[in-house]
Amino acid sequence: MKAFTYERAQSPAQAAAAVARKPGAKFLAGGTNLLDLMKLQIETPTHLVDVQDLKLDRIEETAEGGLRIGALVRNTALASDMRVRRDYGVLTKAIVAGASGQLRNKATTAGNLLQRTRCPYFYDTNQPCNKRQPGSGCGAIGGVSRQLGVIGVSDACIATYPGDMAVALRLLDAHVETVDPQGAVRSIPIGEFHRLWGDTPHLETSLKRGELITAVTLPRPIGGRHLYHKVRDRASYAFALVSVAAVIHPDGSGRVAFGGVAPRPWRVEAAEEAMPRGAQAVTAQVFAEARPTADNRFKLQLATRTLAGVMAEARA
Amino acid sequence: MKSGDAFGFSRRGVLVGGSAAGAVLVHAGPVQAAPAKGDVPVTMPVSLEVNGTRHDLQLDTRTTLLDALREHLHLIGTKKGCDHGQCGACTVIVNGERINSCLSLALQHQGDKVTTIEGLGTPDKLHPMQAAFIEHDGFQCGYCTPGQICSAVAVLGEIRRGVPSHVQEDIVAAPAVSNQELRERMSGNICRCGAYSNIMEAMQHVAGESA
Repeated sequence: MKAFTYERAQSPAQAAAAVARKPGAKFLAGGTNLLDLMKLQIETPTHLVDVQDLKLDRIEETAEGGLRIGALVRNTALASDMRVRRDYGVLTKAIVAGASGQLRNKATTAGNLLQRTRCPYFYDTNQPCNKRQPGSGCGAIGGVSRQLGVIGVSDACIATYPGDMAVALRLLDAHVETVDPQGAVRSIPIGEFHRLWGDTPHLETSLKRGELITAVTLPRPIGGRHLYHKVRDRASYAFALVSVAAVIHPDGSGRVAFGGVAPRPWRVEAAEEAMPRGAQAVTAQVFAEARPTADNRFKLQLATRTLAGVMAEARA
Repeated sequence: MKSGDAFGFSRRGVLVGGSAAGAVLVHAGPVQAAPAKGDVPVTMPVSLEVNGTRHDLQLDTRTTLLDALREHLHLIGTKKGCDHGQCGACTVIVNGERINSCLSLALQHQGDKVTTIEGLGTPDKLHPMQAAFIEHDGFQCGYCTPGQICSAVAVLGEIRRGVPSHVQEDIVAAPAVSNQELRERMSGNICRCGAYSNIMEAMQHVAGESA
């Protein structure tokens, strides 16, 4: 790990200003992903601004009947909240499908959103990677790509966004609230938060330098059956090959989003009107523009089958 | 040891940049509260309450909680396995919750209460989970065992508090202490010897006694 200086910020605006002030500075929340990457010298911040004292660790009801989830609410606390379990079950199910108990106790809501890809070429510093070192090339294209993206990918990078929580947040139309170094706040629709990175895969989100996530908001509950199915190489503690988050109503209508397939949680709202006609009708539209490799073409069929399983559970 | 150190660079360290590694040698030894220029170590104070005893330490900012426990407080019960949060050997209980101590900076734990395997029980007065691991042969080589036991103690607490899991049929309901639940909740602790089924028996034993 490279040496760095460390400070604890006392307010969100102060934290944002502190990161904006120093080139090479980064926010530190739970640290479960950042410290891992620092040990591998994939991340080499020269200054860390620890945000744990910002009191952003509460879940509150909003005036609109939804929830505001503080950026520092731990994954375990969010998954355990009875309002979330009852009204936004897909979010609890997605969170507990990811990582381990130890990591969920430490990882935060904002940090989970900002986790980096698990592409093996991003992790191996002996390999070219446009995300880790812009312009160096992509070892994954033409390499071992079984776990990697099938849609929304580019000629510069075929990595996936690896998380589970954000797939549920995308399904629920969450917003990401932020404060910038000048103290200005904004609310970003989750669908616009993670970028389709094209030829700039090192730029993964729409956050500006120094902009700090303060909360994630959920609109009022939408009812329906909340389901999250995750297919992976182990029964627990592994990243998704494909995951499906869905809310399905008794008439078969609903919403669906996919994880493990793209640079961001993948949802095509226009395809959702096909849900009463079955999984194939939906995925034919959702993955119409897929660009799989020979290694990961299986994910397209797996996505259809996983959605069919979700629909069967909703009917049961 | 001097020459050993000279050959002690990792392959990655050499590849990433011989000049930066050289800078570490030139500036060997902690620098008090200096800004990080290049790769100069920076130290800061931190206080931890470990197993009921307060410790005031001056640490390189890079020091993980795991290394603070092992290398500075010489509490070597907590083990370093993968050092990347994948194996669970470093699991300790911080403010009542289990975490991977390898993926946390010591500085993040100012004032925190840390419980390690040394704080759960002693050879004369074993924690019930330690006694159950012995009774049910919950280990072979023992390397992962401190992490397994810290995790197991915390898992039973999580079930009591109603923390949901991936294998629960109904996430609104209170979770049960079933074999399936314990297996899922312990998936962050790897055992190379494969003592899993006996670890589950030990946990069931303790859960039954405390129920």
